[in-house]
Amino acid sequence: MDSKERELLHLIEKNGRLETATIARLMGITVDETKQILEKLEKEKVVLGYSAIINWTKGTEDGAVTAMIDVKVTPKRGVGFDKVAERIYRFPEVKAVYLMSGVYDLSVSIEGKTMAEVGRFVSEKLSTIDSVISTTTHFILKKYKHDGLVFSENNEDKRIVVSP
Amino acid sequence: MNTKLTSKYLSNTVQSIHPSGIRRFFDLASSMENVISLGVGEPDFVTPWNVIEASYHSLEQGYTAYTANAGLFELRKEISRYLKRRFGVTYSAEEEMVVTVGASQAIDLALRAVVNPGEEVIVVEPSFVSYAPTVTLAGGVPVPVNTYSRDDFKLQPEQIEAAVTEKTKVIMLCSPNNPTGTVLSKGDLERIAEVVEKHDLLVISDEIYAELTYDEPYTSFPAVRNMRNRTILISGFSKAFAMTGWRLGFACGPKDILQAMLKIHQYTMMCAPTMAQHAALEALVNGQKDVVKMKESYRQRRRLVVHALEEMGLSCHVPGGAFYVFPSIEKTGLSSEEFAEQLLMNEQVAVVPGSVFGESGEGHVRCSYATSIQKLEEAMRRIDRFLKTL
Repeated sequence: MDSKERELLHLIEKNGRLETATIARLMGITVDETKQILEKLEKEKVVLGYSAIINWTKGTEDGAVTAMIDVKVTPKRGVGFDKVAERIYRFPEVKAVYLMSGVYDLSVSIEGKTMAEVGRFVSEKLSTIDSVISTTTHFILKKYKHDGLVFSENNEDKRIVVSP
Repeated sequence: MNTKLTSKYLSNTVQSIHPSGIRRFFDLASSMENVISLGVGEPDFVTPWNVIEASYHSLEQGYTAYTANAGLFELRKEISRYLKRRFGVTYSAEEEMVVTVGASQAIDLALRAVVNPGEEVIVVEPSFVSYAPTVTLAGGVPVPVNTYSRDDFKLQPEQIEAAVTEKTKVIMLCSPNNPTGTVLSKGDLERIAEVVEKHDLLVISDEIYAELTYDEPYTSFPAVRNMRNRTILISGFSKAFAMTGWRLGFACGPKDILQAMLKIHQYTMMCAPTMAQHAALEALVNGQKDVVKMKESYRQRRRLVVHALEEMGLSCHVPGGAFYVFPSIEKTGLSSEEFAEQLLMNEQVAVVPGSVFGESGEGHVRCSYATSIQKLEEAMRRIDRFLKTL
Protein backbone atom coordinates (compact mmCIF):
# COMPACT_ATOMS: atom_id res chain seq x y z
CA MET A 1 0.00 0.00 0.00
CA ASP A 2 1.49 3.35 -0.94
CA SER A 3 1.50 6.53 1.12
CA LYS A 4 -1.37 8.16 -0.81
CA GLU A 5 -3.58 5.15 -0.18
CA ARG A 6 -2.70 5.18 3.47
CA GLU A 7 -3.38 8.91 3.77
CA LEU A 8 -6.77 8.48 2.13
CA LEU A 9 -7.65 5.58 4.41
CA HIS A 10 -6.81 7.62 7.50
CA LEU A 11 -9.03 10.44 6.26
CA ILE A 12 -12.10 8.30 5.55
CA GLU A 13 -11.58 6.21 8.65
CA LYS A 14 -12.12 9.39 10.64
CA ASN A 15 -14.96 10.65 8.46
CA GLY A 16 -16.52 8.37 5.88
CA ARG A 17 -18.74 11.16 4.61
CA LEU A 18 -15.94 13.38 3.30
CA GLU A 19 -16.71 14.35 -0.27
CA THR A 20 -14.33 13.16 -2.95
CA ALA A 21 -13.55 16.76 -3.88
CA THR A 22 -12.63 17.57 -0.28
CA ILE A 23 -10.41 14.49 -0.02
CA ALA A 24 -8.71 15.52 -3.25
CA ARG A 25 -7.99 19.00 -1.90
CA LEU A 26 -6.76 17.76 1.44
CA MET A 27 -4.38 15.38 -0.29
CA GLY A 28 -3.35 17.75 -3.06
CA ILE A 29 -4.37 15.39 -5.88
CA THR A 30 -7.08 15.54 -8.56
CA VAL A 31 -10.64 14.36 -8.08
CA ASP A 32 -10.10 11.67 -10.72
CA GLU A 33 -7.02 10.39 -8.98
CA THR A 34 -8.94 10.28 -5.70
CA LYS A 35 -11.76 8.30 -7.30
CA GLN A 36 -9.27 5.85 -8.77
CA ILE A 37 -7.59 5.23 -5.44
CA LEU A 38 -10.97 4.81 -3.71
CA GLU A 39 -12.21 2.38 -6.35
CA LYS A 40 -9.02 0.36 -6.10
CA LEU A 41 -9.27 0.15 -2.33
CA GLU A 42 -12.91 -0.87 -2.54
CA LYS A 43 -12.20 -3.46 -5.22
CA GLU A 44 -9.39 -4.95 -3.18
CA LYS A 45 -11.71 -5.05 -0.17
CA VAL A 46 -9.41 -2.82 1.83
CA VAL A 47 -12.41 -0.55 2.25
CA LEU A 48 -15.30 -2.87 3.04
CA GLY A 49 -18.06 -0.34 3.54
CA TYR A 50 -19.10 2.99 5.01
CA SER A 51 -21.20 3.29 8.12
CA ALA A 52 -22.24 5.73 10.80
CA ILE A 53 -21.42 5.37 14.46
CA ILE A 54 -24.73 5.81 16.24
CA ASN A 55 -25.57 6.29 19.85
CA TRP A 56 -28.83 4.30 19.84
CA THR A 57 -29.59 5.14 23.43
CA LYS A 58 -30.24 8.74 22.38
CA GLY A 59 -33.65 9.77 21.11
CA THR A 60 -34.93 6.25 20.68
CA GLU A 61 -36.66 3.94 23.11
CA ASP A 62 -35.65 0.65 21.54
CA GLY A 63 -31.97 1.15 22.35
CA ALA A 64 -30.18 -1.92 21.10
CA VAL A 65 -28.83 -4.47 23.56
CA THR A 66 -25.30 -5.59 22.89
CA ALA A 67 -23.64 -8.66 24.35
CA MET A 68 -20.13 -9.96 24.03
CA ILE A 69 -19.94 -13.71 24.26
CA ASP A 70 -16.84 -15.74 25.01
CA VAL A 71 -17.20 -19.00 23.10
CA LYS A 72 -15.15 -22.13 23.57
CA VAL A 73 -15.22 -24.46 20.59
CA THR A 74 -13.67 -27.70 19.34
CA PRO A 75 -11.84 -26.84 16.13
CA LYS A 76 -12.90 -28.90 13.10
CA ARG A 77 -10.33 -31.16 11.54
CA GLY A 78 -8.77 -29.63 8.44
CA VAL A 79 -10.43 -26.24 8.69
CA GLY A 80 -9.59 -25.27 12.25
CA PHE A 81 -11.72 -22.53 13.71
CA ASP A 82 -12.71 -20.96 10.42
CA LYS A 83 -15.69 -23.21 9.68
CA VAL A 84 -17.12 -22.77 13.16
CA ALA A 85 -16.59 -19.03 12.97
CA GLU A 86 -18.40 -18.97 9.63
CA ARG A 87 -21.41 -20.81 11.01
CA ILE A 88 -21.61 -18.16 13.68
CA TYR A 89 -20.92 -14.99 11.69
CA ARG A 90 -23.52 -15.84 9.04
CA PHE A 91 -26.28 -14.97 11.53
CA PRO A 92 -27.32 -11.36 10.89
CA GLU A 93 -27.61 -10.56 14.60
CA VAL A 94 -23.89 -11.28 14.97
CA LYS A 95 -22.01 -7.99 14.62
CA ALA A 96 -18.46 -9.22 15.09
CA VAL A 97 -16.52 -12.44 15.49
CA TYR A 98 -12.87 -12.61 16.48
CA LEU A 99 -10.54 -15.54 17.08
CA MET A 100 -8.86 -14.90 20.40
CA SER A 101 -5.76 -16.03 22.21
CA GLY A 102 -6.26 -16.99 25.85
CA VAL A 103 -8.85 -19.00 27.75
CA TYR A 104 -11.60 -19.00 25.14
CA ASP A 105 -11.55 -19.21 21.36
CA LEU A 106 -14.11 -16.97 19.70
CA SER A 107 -15.35 -13.58 20.81
CA VAL A 108 -18.81 -12.97 19.41
CA SER A 109 -20.68 -9.66 19.52
CA ILE A 110 -24.44 -9.86 19.29
CA GLU A 111 -26.97 -7.11 18.94
CA GLY A 112 -30.64 -7.56 19.75
CA LYS A 113 -33.63 -5.43 20.69
CA THR A 114 -33.99 -6.89 24.17
CA MET A 115 -31.97 -8.95 26.59
CA ALA A 116 -34.43 -11.80 26.08
CA GLU A 117 -33.83 -11.75 22.38
CA VAL A 118 -30.09 -12.00 22.83
CA GLY A 119 -30.58 -14.74 25.41
CA ARG A 120 -32.73 -16.71 22.98
CA PHE A 121 -30.07 -16.44 20.32
CA VAL A 122 -27.39 -17.76 22.64
CA SER A 123 -29.40 -20.65 23.97
CA GLU A 124 -31.13 -21.65 20.76
CA LYS A 125 -28.64 -20.89 18.03
CA LEU A 126 -25.14 -20.46 19.40
CA SER A 127 -24.83 -23.10 22.08
CA THR A 128 -26.56 -25.72 19.96
CA ILE A 129 -23.81 -25.67 17.34
CA ASP A 130 -21.93 -28.99 17.52
CA SER A 131 -18.48 -27.59 18.04
CA VAL A 132 -19.48 -25.10 20.69
CA ILE A 133 -18.41 -26.35 24.11
CA SER A 134 -19.43 -23.41 26.27
CA THR A 135 -20.54 -19.78 26.18
CA THR A 136 -20.17 -16.92 28.64
CA THR A 137 -22.38 -13.94 27.89
CA HIS A 138 -21.51 -10.38 28.97
CA PHE A 139 -24.11 -7.68 28.41
CA ILE A 140 -22.84 -4.19 27.72
CA LEU A 141 -24.28 -1.81 30.31
CA LYS A 142 -22.98 1.45 28.91
CA LYS A 143 -20.90 2.47 25.96
CA TYR A 144 -18.24 5.04 26.76
CA LYS A 145 -16.17 4.83 23.62
CA HIS A 146 -16.66 2.93 20.40
CA ASP A 147 -14.43 2.83 17.32
CA GLY A 148 -12.33 5.67 18.67
CA LEU A 149 -15.29 7.93 19.42
CA VAL A 150 -16.27 9.01 22.91
CA PHE A 151 -20.06 8.87 23.31
CA SER A 152 -20.66 11.75 25.68
CA GLU A 153 -17.88 14.11 24.80
CA ASN A 154 -18.23 17.85 24.86
CA ASN A 155 -16.56 18.63 21.56
CA GLU A 156 -17.20 22.33 21.47
CA ASP A 157 -14.30 24.59 20.60
CA LYS A 158 -13.01 25.89 23.91
CA ARG A 159 -10.60 28.42 22.43
CA ILE A 160 -11.22 32.15 22.53
CA VAL A 161 -12.52 33.41 19.23
CA VAL A 162 -9.58 35.58 18.18
CA SER A 163 -6.05 35.38 19.54
CA PRO A 164 -2.62 36.56 18.40
CA MET B 1 -13.28 56.10 39.16
CA ASN B 2 -12.08 59.09 37.23
CA THR B 3 -9.50 57.71 34.80
CA LYS B 4 -8.01 61.16 34.27
CA LEU B 5 -7.08 61.30 37.92
CA THR B 6 -5.47 57.88 38.09
CA SER B 7 -3.78 57.77 34.69
CA LYS B 8 -1.26 60.34 35.89
CA TYR B 9 0.36 57.51 37.83
CA LEU B 10 1.05 55.46 34.71
CA SER B 11 4.61 55.23 33.50
CA ASN B 12 5.50 57.00 30.29
CA THR B 13 6.68 53.74 28.81
CA VAL B 14 3.37 52.01 29.34
CA GLN B 15 1.48 55.02 28.01
CA SER B 16 3.60 54.94 24.88
CA ILE B 17 2.45 51.49 23.85
CA HIS B 18 -0.98 50.73 22.43
CA PRO B 19 -3.24 47.79 23.10
CA SER B 20 -3.03 45.15 20.39
CA GLY B 21 -5.30 45.72 17.38
CA ILE B 22 -6.44 42.16 17.85
CA ARG B 23 -8.22 43.12 21.04
CA ARG B 24 -10.84 45.31 19.37
CA PHE B 25 -11.49 42.60 16.86
CA PHE B 26 -11.80 40.01 19.58
CA ASP B 27 -14.45 42.10 21.34
CA LEU B 28 -16.39 42.49 18.12
CA ALA B 29 -16.26 38.80 17.16
CA SER B 30 -17.10 37.67 20.70
CA SER B 31 -20.32 39.65 20.64
CA MET B 32 -21.65 37.79 17.60
CA GLU B 33 -23.29 34.41 17.06
CA ASN B 34 -22.65 31.68 14.52
CA VAL B 35 -19.14 32.95 13.89
CA ILE B 36 -16.63 30.66 12.20
CA SER B 37 -13.31 31.85 13.47
CA LEU B 38 -10.17 31.65 11.39
CA GLY B 39 -8.71 34.10 13.84
CA VAL B 40 -7.42 31.71 16.44
CA GLY B 41 -3.66 31.60 16.88
CA GLU B 42 -3.48 28.19 18.48
CA PRO B 43 -3.95 24.49 17.64
CA ASP B 44 -7.48 23.09 17.48
CA PHE B 45 -6.32 19.89 19.17
CA VAL B 46 -6.69 19.29 22.87
CA THR B 47 -3.39 18.41 24.56
CA PRO B 48 -2.64 14.68 24.04
CA TRP B 49 -4.09 12.63 26.88
CA ASN B 50 -0.81 11.08 28.03
CA VAL B 51 0.48 14.60 28.66
CA ILE B 52 -2.60 15.63 30.65
CA GLU B 53 -2.45 12.37 32.56
CA ALA B 54 1.21 12.89 33.45
CA SER B 55 0.30 16.24 34.94
CA TYR B 56 -2.56 14.64 36.96
CA HIS B 57 -0.15 12.05 38.20
CA SER B 58 2.38 14.64 39.31
CA LEU B 59 -0.34 16.43 41.28
CA GLU B 60 -1.49 13.16 42.88
CA GLN B 61 2.09 12.51 43.90
CA GLY B 62 2.18 15.89 45.59
CA TYR B 63 4.49 17.73 43.21
CA THR B 64 2.93 21.06 44.03
CA ALA B 65 5.96 23.01 45.21
CA TYR B 66 8.39 25.30 43.38
CA THR B 67 10.98 23.80 41.11
CA ALA B 68 14.51 25.07 40.57
CA ASN B 69 14.44 28.58 39.06
CA ALA B 70 15.65 27.30 35.71
CA GLY B 71 13.03 24.53 35.74
CA LEU B 72 13.01 20.82 36.62
CA PHE B 73 16.44 19.45 35.87
CA GLU B 74 14.86 16.33 34.31
CA LEU B 75 12.90 18.54 31.95
CA ARG B 76 15.93 20.61 31.01
CA LYS B 77 17.90 17.45 30.27
CA GLU B 78 15.04 16.27 28.07
CA ILE B 79 14.86 19.63 26.27
CA SER B 80 18.58 19.39 25.64
CA ARG B 81 18.18 15.89 24.15
CA TYR B 82 15.18 16.98 22.12
CA LEU B 83 16.95 19.97 20.56
CA LYS B 84 19.92 17.81 19.67
CA ARG B 85 17.75 15.08 18.20
CA ARG B 86 15.36 17.30 16.24
CA PHE B 87 17.48 20.27 15.19
CA GLY B 88 21.10 19.32 15.83
CA VAL B 89 21.75 22.11 18.32
CA THR B 90 23.48 21.46 21.63
CA TYR B 91 22.76 23.25 24.91
CA SER B 92 23.82 22.39 28.41
CA ALA B 93 20.87 21.64 30.70
CA GLU B 94 22.88 22.98 33.64
CA GLU B 95 23.89 26.41 32.39
CA GLU B 96 22.41 27.32 29.05
CA MET B 97 18.70 26.91 29.52
CA VAL B 98 15.71 28.33 31.36
CA VAL B 99 12.16 26.99 31.41
CA THR B 100 9.70 29.87 31.15
CA VAL B 101 6.03 30.77 31.30
CA GLY B 102 5.45 30.40 27.59
CA ALA B 103 7.78 31.54 24.84
CA SER B 104 6.41 35.04 25.51
CA GLN B 105 8.14 35.25 28.87
CA ALA B 106 11.33 33.91 27.31
CA ILE B 107 11.25 36.76 24.78
CA ASP B 108 10.70 39.27 27.57
CA LEU B 109 13.63 37.85 29.57
CA ALA B 110 15.90 37.87 26.54
CA LEU B 111 15.17 41.49 25.69
CA ARG B 112 15.45 42.72 29.26
CA ALA B 113 18.73 40.87 29.68
CA VAL B 114 20.46 42.44 26.70
CA VAL B 115 18.88 45.79 25.79
CA ASN B 116 20.15 49.07 27.23
CA PRO B 117 17.91 52.15 27.14
CA GLY B 118 17.80 53.58 23.64
CA GLU B 119 19.38 50.59 21.92
CA GLU B 120 17.69 49.44 18.76
CA VAL B 121 16.09 46.08 18.10
CA ILE B 122 15.19 45.13 14.55
CA VAL B 123 11.73 43.60 14.36
CA VAL B 124 10.93 41.83 11.12
CA GLU B 125 7.35 42.61 10.14
CA PRO B 126 4.66 41.45 9.70
CA SER B 127 5.32 39.99 13.13
CA PHE B 128 3.72 38.53 16.19
CA VAL B 129 2.03 41.43 17.94
CA SER B 130 4.10 41.40 21.12
CA TYR B 131 7.64 41.84 19.79
CA ALA B 132 7.71 45.62 19.40
CA PRO B 133 5.88 46.40 22.69
CA THR B 134 8.17 43.99 24.57
CA VAL B 135 11.20 45.80 23.14
CA THR B 136 9.72 49.10 24.30
CA LEU B 137 9.01 47.73 27.78
CA ALA B 138 12.64 46.60 27.97
CA GLY B 139 13.70 50.19 27.28
CA GLY B 140 14.76 49.54 23.70
CA VAL B 141 13.62 51.06 20.45
CA PRO B 142 11.90 48.70 18.02
CA VAL B 143 12.94 49.26 14.43
CA PRO B 144 10.52 47.61 12.03
CA VAL B 145 11.87 46.06 8.85
CA ASN B 146 9.13 45.24 6.40
CA THR B 147 8.92 42.08 4.35
CA TYR B 148 6.74 41.77 1.27
CA SER B 149 4.60 39.24 -0.51
CA ARG B 150 6.78 39.60 -3.63
CA ASP B 151 9.59 38.01 -1.57
CA ASP B 152 7.19 35.48 -0.01
CA PHE B 153 7.63 37.61 3.13
CA LYS B 154 11.26 36.54 3.44
CA LEU B 155 13.65 38.95 5.08
CA GLN B 156 16.30 40.15 2.62
CA PRO B 157 19.81 40.60 4.06
CA GLU B 158 20.22 44.00 2.39
CA GLN B 159 17.16 45.18 4.32
CA ILE B 160 19.00 44.47 7.56
CA GLU B 161 21.99 46.38 6.23
CA ALA B 162 19.74 49.34 5.50
CA ALA B 163 18.21 49.29 8.98
CA VAL B 164 21.39 48.87 11.02
CA THR B 165 22.68 51.93 12.88
CA GLU B 166 25.38 52.24 15.51
CA LYS B 167 22.63 51.68 18.09
CA THR B 168 21.44 48.37 16.66
CA LYS B 169 22.05 45.48 19.00
CA VAL B 170 19.50 42.77 18.36
CA ILE B 171 17.48 41.34 15.52
CA MET B 172 14.38 39.28 16.19
CA LEU B 173 13.62 36.45 13.80
CA CYS B 174 10.58 34.21 13.69
CA SER B 175 10.54 31.25 11.34
CA PRO B 176 8.04 29.78 10.65
CA ASN B 177 6.43 33.16 10.94
CA ASN B 178 3.22 34.24 12.59
CA PRO B 179 1.25 35.67 10.68
CA THR B 180 2.70 34.85 7.24
CA GLY B 181 3.63 31.17 7.68
CA THR B 182 6.90 31.90 5.88
CA VAL B 183 9.80 29.59 6.61
CA LEU B 184 13.38 30.75 6.10
CA SER B 185 15.50 28.09 4.42
CA LYS B 186 19.02 27.15 5.38
CA GLY B 187 20.31 29.35 2.54
CA ASP B 188 18.15 32.30 3.64
CA LEU B 189 19.45 31.97 7.19
CA GLU B 190 23.07 31.75 6.05
CA ARG B 191 22.72 34.98 4.12
CA ILE B 192 21.14 36.67 7.14
CA ALA B 193 23.93 35.24 9.32
CA GLU B 194 26.58 36.99 7.23
CA VAL B 195 25.04 40.39 7.94
CA VAL B 196 24.53 39.50 11.60
CA GLU B 197 28.20 38.67 11.93
CA LYS B 198 29.36 41.69 9.96
CA HIS B 199 27.48 44.05 12.28
CA ASP B 200 28.14 42.07 15.43
CA LEU B 201 24.42 41.63 16.19
CA LEU B 202 22.66 39.31 18.59
CA VAL B 203 19.72 37.28 17.32
CA ILE B 204 16.59 36.35 19.25
CA SER B 205 15.21 33.46 17.23
CA ASP B 206 11.61 32.61 18.03
CA GLU B 207 11.22 29.01 16.85
CA ILE B 208 7.92 28.20 18.50
CA TYR B 209 6.52 26.82 15.19
CA ALA B 210 9.67 24.83 14.28
CA GLU B 211 7.87 21.48 14.41
CA LEU B 212 5.22 22.68 12.00
CA THR B 213 7.00 22.90 8.65
CA TYR B 214 5.66 21.12 5.63
CA ASP B 215 8.00 21.37 2.68
CA GLU B 216 11.62 21.09 3.67
CA PRO B 217 13.63 20.06 6.74
CA TYR B 218 13.78 22.83 9.31
CA THR B 219 16.98 24.73 10.03
CA SER B 220 17.31 26.17 13.50
CA PHE B 221 19.16 29.48 13.50
CA PRO B 222 21.82 28.49 16.07
CA ALA B 223 22.64 25.53 13.81
CA VAL B 224 23.90 27.96 11.17
CA ARG B 225 27.70 28.35 11.15
CA ASN B 226 29.04 30.76 13.78
CA MET B 227 25.55 31.66 14.97
CA ARG B 228 25.21 29.57 18.11
CA ASN B 229 26.98 32.09 20.31
CA ARG B 230 25.06 34.98 18.81
CA THR B 231 21.64 33.50 19.29
CA ILE B 232 19.06 33.22 22.01
CA LEU B 233 16.84 30.36 20.92
CA ILE B 234 13.23 30.69 22.05
CA SER B 235 10.73 27.88 21.84
CA GLY B 236 8.04 26.10 23.79
CA PHE B 237 5.34 23.50 23.91
CA SER B 238 2.29 25.49 22.85
CA LYS B 239 2.13 24.91 19.12
CA ALA B 240 3.83 21.56 18.52
CA PHE B 241 2.20 19.74 21.42
CA ALA B 242 -1.08 21.69 21.53
CA MET B 243 -0.30 23.04 24.99
CA THR B 244 -1.02 26.78 24.71
CA GLY B 245 -2.95 27.02 27.97
CA TRP B 246 -0.18 25.34 29.98
CA ARG B 247 2.01 28.38 29.35
CA LEU B 248 5.31 26.62 29.04
CA GLY B 249 8.29 27.64 26.97
CA PHE B 250 12.05 27.79 27.21
CA ALA B 251 15.09 29.77 26.14
CA CYS B 252 18.57 28.49 25.35
CA GLY B 253 21.72 30.38 24.61
CA PRO B 254 25.29 31.19 25.57
CA LYS B 255 25.92 30.74 29.29
CA ASP B 256 26.52 34.38 30.25
CA ILE B 257 23.33 35.56 28.56
CA LEU B 258 21.24 32.71 29.92
CA GLN B 259 22.52 33.27 33.43
CA ALA B 260 21.52 36.94 33.13
CA MET B 261 18.04 35.91 31.96
CA LEU B 262 17.83 33.46 34.82
CA LYS B 263 18.62 36.27 37.24
CA ILE B 264 15.58 38.24 36.03
CA HIS B 265 13.48 35.08 36.01
CA GLN B 266 14.36 34.18 39.60
CA TYR B 267 13.36 37.58 40.88
CA THR B 268 10.25 38.12 38.78
CA MET B 269 8.82 34.62 38.25
CA MET B 270 10.60 32.14 40.56
CA CYS B 271 9.85 29.27 38.22
CA ALA B 272 7.38 28.05 35.61
CA PRO B 273 4.32 26.16 36.95
CA THR B 274 5.40 22.78 38.29
CA MET B 275 2.43 20.78 36.98
CA ALA B 276 3.00 22.16 33.49
CA GLN B 277 6.66 21.21 33.66
CA HIS B 278 5.73 17.61 34.46
CA ALA B 279 3.34 17.63 31.51
CA ALA B 280 6.05 18.99 29.23
CA LEU B 281 8.44 16.26 30.31
CA GLU B 282 5.93 13.63 29.18
CA ALA B 283 5.38 15.52 25.91
CA LEU B 284 9.08 15.37 25.10
CA VAL B 285 9.52 11.74 26.09
CA ASN B 286 6.39 10.26 24.50
CA GLY B 287 4.81 12.98 22.41
CA GLN B 288 6.57 12.95 19.06
CA LYS B 289 4.04 10.57 17.48
CA ASP B 290 1.25 13.02 18.28
CA VAL B 291 3.24 15.90 16.82
CA VAL B 292 3.57 13.93 13.59
CA LYS B 293 -0.17 13.21 13.49
CA MET B 294 -1.20 16.81 14.17
CA LYS B 295 1.29 18.13 11.66
CA GLU B 296 -0.10 15.82 8.98
CA SER B 297 -3.56 17.13 9.66
CA TYR B 298 -2.38 20.77 9.36
CA ARG B 299 -0.62 19.90 6.14
CA GLN B 300 -3.85 18.59 4.63
CA ARG B 301 -5.83 21.59 5.74
CA ARG B 302 -3.18 23.93 4.38
CA ARG B 303 -3.71 22.40 0.95
CA LEU B 304 -7.48 22.76 1.30
CA VAL B 305 -7.36 26.43 2.25
CA VAL B 306 -4.63 27.56 -0.14
CA HIS B 307 -6.48 25.86 -2.99
CA ALA B 308 -9.83 27.40 -2.04
CA LEU B 309 -8.38 30.92 -1.70
CA GLU B 310 -6.65 30.65 -5.04
CA GLU B 311 -9.87 29.48 -6.64
CA MET B 312 -11.68 32.55 -5.43
CA GLY B 313 -8.89 34.73 -6.74
CA LEU B 314 -7.21 35.76 -3.48
CA SER B 315 -3.54 35.32 -4.21
CA CYS B 316 -1.48 33.86 -1.43
CA HIS B 317 1.99 32.42 -1.27
CA VAL B 318 2.07 28.84 -0.05
CA PRO B 319 3.15 29.15 3.57
CA GLY B 320 5.86 26.63 4.46
CA GLY B 321 4.96 26.40 8.12
CA ALA B 322 2.82 27.27 11.16
CA PHE B 323 -0.95 27.09 10.55
CA TYR B 324 -1.61 30.42 8.89
CA VAL B 325 -2.22 31.62 5.38
CA PHE B 326 -1.81 35.30 4.65
CA PRO B 327 -3.68 36.05 1.43
CA SER B 328 -3.64 39.43 -0.28
CA ILE B 329 -6.98 41.19 -0.28
CA GLU B 330 -5.65 44.24 -2.10
CA LYS B 331 -7.73 43.65 -5.21
CA THR B 332 -10.91 44.20 -3.19
CA GLY B 333 -9.90 47.83 -2.68
CA LEU B 334 -10.61 47.49 1.04
CA SER B 335 -8.12 47.99 3.82
CA SER B 336 -7.40 44.84 5.79
CA GLU B 337 -9.41 46.16 8.70
CA GLU B 338 -12.41 47.04 6.52
CA PHE B 339 -12.24 43.65 4.85
CA ALA B 340 -12.11 41.78 8.16
CA GLU B 341 -14.87 43.84 9.69
CA GLN B 342 -17.23 43.55 6.73
CA LEU B 343 -16.54 39.84 6.38
CA LEU B 344 -17.38 39.39 10.03
CA MET B 345 -20.54 41.50 9.85
CA ASN B 346 -21.87 40.11 6.57
CA GLU B 347 -20.79 36.47 6.70
CA GLN B 348 -19.78 35.84 10.30
CA VAL B 349 -16.28 34.72 9.43
CA ALA B 350 -13.49 36.07 11.64
CA VAL B 351 -10.05 36.65 10.14
CA VAL B 352 -7.37 38.93 11.54
CA PRO B 353 -6.53 42.16 9.66
CA GLY B 354 -2.92 42.08 8.51
CA SER B 355 -2.33 45.62 9.73
CA VAL B 356 -2.27 44.49 13.37
CA PHE B 357 0.98 42.65 12.59
CA GLY B 358 2.70 45.79 11.33
CA GLU B 359 2.48 48.23 8.48
CA SER B 360 3.59 45.68 5.88
CA GLY B 361 0.74 43.40 6.88
CA GLU B 362 -1.70 45.87 5.35
CA GLY B 363 -3.43 44.50 2.27
CA HIS B 364 -3.52 41.03 3.78
CA VAL B 365 -5.53 39.07 6.31
CA ARG B 366 -4.40 36.20 8.50
CA CYS B 367 -6.49 33.03 8.30
CA SER B 368 -5.69 30.20 10.66
CA TYR B 369 -6.48 26.76 9.28
CA ALA B 370 -6.31 25.17 12.73
CA THR B 371 -10.01 24.46 12.68
CA SER B 372 -12.16 21.55 11.51
CA ILE B 373 -12.41 20.62 7.83
CA GLN B 374 -16.17 21.20 7.91
CA LYS B 375 -15.76 24.69 9.34
CA LEU B 376 -12.97 25.52 6.93
CA GLU B 377 -15.08 24.52 3.95
CA GLU B 378 -18.04 26.54 5.20
CA ALA B 379 -15.76 29.53 5.89
CA MET B 380 -14.37 29.34 2.36
CA ARG B 381 -17.90 29.26 0.91
CA ARG B 382 -18.80 32.33 2.96
CA ILE B 383 -15.66 34.24 1.96
CA ASP B 384 -16.34 33.42 -1.68
CA ARG B 385 -19.91 34.70 -1.33
CA PHE B 386 -18.62 37.83 0.41
CA LEU B 387 -16.14 38.55 -2.39
CA LYS B 388 -18.91 38.32 -4.96
CA THR B 389 -20.86 41.08 -3.22
CA LEU B 390 -17.96 43.53 -3.45
